[in-house]
Amino acid sequence: MAVCVAVIAKENYPLYIRSAPTENELKFHYMVHTSLDVVDEKISAMGKALVDQRELYLGLLYPTEDYKVYGYVTNSKVKFVMVVDSSNTALRDNEIRSMFRKLHNSYTDVMCNPFYNPGDRIQSRWALFAVHALFLQGLPC
Amino acid sequence: FCFIMELCGATRLGYFGRSQFYIALKLVAVAQSGFPLRVESINTVKDLPLPRFVASKNEQESRHAASYSSDSENQGSYSGVIPPPPGRGQVKKGSISHDTVQPRTTADPQEPASPVVSPQQSPPTSPHTWRKHNRHPSGGNSERPLAGPGPFWSPFGEAQSGGSAGDAVWSGHSPPPPQENWVSFADTPPTSTLLTMHPASAQDQTTVRTVASATTANEIRRQSSSYDDPWKITDEQRQYYVNQFKTIQPDLNGFIPGSAAKEFFTKSKLPILELSHIWELSDFDKDGALTLDEFCAAFHLVVARKNGYDLPEKLPESLMPKLIDLEDSADVGDQPGEVGYSGSPAEAPPSKSPSMPSLNQTWPELNQSSEQWETFSERSSSSQTLTQFDSNIAPADPDTAIVHPVPIRMTPSKIHMQEMELKRTGSDHTNPTSPLLVKPSDLSEENKINSSVKFASGNTVADGYSSSDSFTSDPEQIGSNVTRQRSHSGTSPDNTAPPPPPPRPQPSHSRSSSLDMNRTFTVTTGQQQAGVVAHPPAVPPRPQPSQAPGPVVHRPVDADGLITHTSTSPQQIPEQPNFADFSQFEVFAASNVNEEQDDEAEKHPEVLLVEKASDPASSLRVAKTDSKIEEKTATSAPANVSKGTTPLAPPPKPVRRRLKSEDELRPEVDEHTQKTGVLAAVLASQPSIPRSIGKDKKAIQASIRRNKETNTVLARLNSELQQQLKDVLEERISLEVQLEQLRPFSHL
Repeated sequence: MAVCVAVIAKENYPLYIRSAPTENELKFHYMVHTSLDVVDEKISAMGKALVDQRELYLGLLYPTEDYKVYGYVTNSKVKFVMVVDSSNTALRDNEIRSMFRKLHNSYTDVMCNPFYNPGDRIQSRWALFAVHALFLQGLPC
Repeated sequence: FCFIMELCGATRLGYFGRSQFYIALKLVAVAQSGFPLRVESINTVKDLPLPRFVASKNEQESRHAASYSSDSENQGSYSGVIPPPPGRGQVKKGSISHDTVQPRTTADPQEPASPVVSPQQSPPTSPHTWRKHNRHPSGGNSERPLAGPGPFWSPFGEAQSGGSAGDAVWSGHSPPPPQENWVSFADTPPTSTLLTMHPASAQDQTTVRTVASATTANEIRRQSSSYDDPWKITDEQRQYYVNQFKTIQPDLNGFIPGSAAKEFFTKSKLPILELSHIWELSDFDKDGALTLDEFCAAFHLVVARKNGYDLPEKLPESLMPKLIDLEDSADVGDQPGEVGYSGSPAEAPPSKSPSMPSLNQTWPELNQSSEQWETFSERSSSSQTLTQFDSNIAPADPDTAIVHPVPIRMTPSKIHMQEMELKRTGSDHTNPTSPLLVKPSDLSEENKINSSVKFASGNTVADGYSSSDSFTSDPEQIGSNVTRQRSHSGTSPDNTAPPPPPPRPQPSHSRSSSLDMNRTFTVTTGQQQAGVVAHPPAVPPRPQPSQAPGPVVHRPVDADGLITHTSTSPQQIPEQPNFADFSQFEVFAASNVNEEQDDEAEKHPEVLLVEKASDPASSLRVAKTDSKIEEKTATSAPANVSKGTTPLAPPPKPVRRRLKSEDELRPEVDEHTQKTGVLAAVLASQPSIPRSIGKDKKAIQASIRRNKETNTVLARLNSELQQQLKDVLEERISLEVQLEQLRPFSHL
């Protein structure tokens, strides 16, 4: 049910961004971009504590009237941003967390590929296949 | 040739699938070598020389040629064709067609080449064999076959110009091209080069790669000849891959780290993106390292890609790391999802059994197994752990089983647990105390419930008669008696033991051990008392009041003591005797039949002892005798059944008797063999129990066991009641607190 999923590198450039095809992708790209500020804000706030205690899941970054934006950051400061439709009230926090978890798993799979240089755009159609599932069902199988 | 086609099923399919192609090649070879053309012949004729194809660019062919070279004469032309394959590949499409044409026309020139080439190409001979096979038959048909192969080749990768009409069929063939592609992969150098490279390639990775690719292509092709599986790795290819693997990682069961693999595959000059994709496909367990299987799959994909094949979206089955299967990777190439290799389709065998069936088998097995080891390790470990885990539960039984057959769970799990404990303890004491064990087991059955109590107290019992502890500790094991008896009666020494619930028994187990200590028989009464005392504090898992355990403890203690003493007595099933004892007791009580006891005594002399021991404990439980009585009756019933003794007398009797016997046992314990004493006591106490003690240790033991069982049951009951008492008290307290809380409000 996510309408847009983005993987942002540490330097805040996108490694992978994909929107549900029907939507206006540019709008989502913009939303993701602006949400990065919120992500950074949250990271810095949490960063005061020990890094290990930092929660990976950032939660709802900010809601708009149509969409909600959720954030997740890895320990290597790679951020995942997910935009979901507000009308999807069925999506609970736990579900979002699990979606992020799966996204994180896919991301690590990509990382494991020795042919992938960190920092490259993620072009693997294979490894991020799960991401598509996120769009379809909201939860990758 | 038509026949060949038919045989290989091409006609069925209407086109030459890869497997068909391979089959056809084989058939060609067969035909060419003059063997009757039959599907079986492919399998049987291992050494079928590679069919000589005119258009051979494939290494396969060259390999064929190699194997062929001996044959070569007629095949000369073909062999000539064969060698080229490696060289062929896409790049050489033109050449291929050219070649095909050539063979047709000039078999000879090529022939010499091929023989030369083929010898050089050692590994990926399988594809060659294929080719050769095909060639052979075609050879038989002179031009036609060539044309056939020719077209064959052409589809392969190139549009081979047309060979003869027959070619049309071939050309329709798409899968072959990939193979040729492989060939081309290796291909760039001329076939001969390839061939030469081939041997050399072993040393030189890069070269190898090319060669490998050629060979692999051939192999792949060959393997894919198995029915419709373009991704199958032929033996030769596999061999090649394995060799490559070794150059990177000498341990075939080890991993190639990602960086090394990256470096290696980068040499293939494929774009990084594709390599990345290949990696994703082949790194099955996503660990960043390649096992042998994964490596072979990756290599295979690289070869395929080099030959022009598009990378699949999912890992073909044949390339899946063989997590389970040791067979050939003859898969249907379907979903990568399948981990195990599906057996090759029927057609595969024929195709696969070309000249190198043995190779196919050994290699894939080797590789698969090795890879399976690697890839499968997780699985196996997990599965093993699972199985082990399961078996862990079982062991409890065996132990107890040895000690005593786990009685049927007649009653709640507690009993079961007791049984388990019985078993456990039984096993613990298998040695000297087997009889004791038996008894304890019986008792422990009961005590399991009490065992919790016992544990605490029982810790003193170092005997490890956990069973006994469990016996006593389980006051609730009313049913245990029953069960125990059942076990006794029914069971035979060692066995049955239904797997008691693992977790529970443990606590009781410990208790029982403590009990065992008590049982050491130094102090019958003392022990019992101690046991009793010990029990109450020990009520850990079981909130049972200590009382129950107490008595139970006593019993086991006695039993233990008895058992130890009676260790001499034969023990049948350590646990069982206990049961037997109880049952015996009950039996005695009920039927006053000594003989029965004897019977059981045989089995449970110790049980008797135990029971006797438990009797004293049970004395404490007189109060519970009723329950016990019931239990006894219940147990006795089974006991009866098992023993075939007369029905037990009314429960009370046995209970009482047990008590008495316990008392008697105690004093007597030290006497005689003690068992006898106990038994005697027990027997004496029990009206129906004749004083066979002296004579029959077993009887004593059995009675002891019975007593123990009774004890256990009583202890269990006791603990239960105490628990209830506690609960009620708690409720009362809470209510009082509430009342007080409400009072202030009322004041307000």
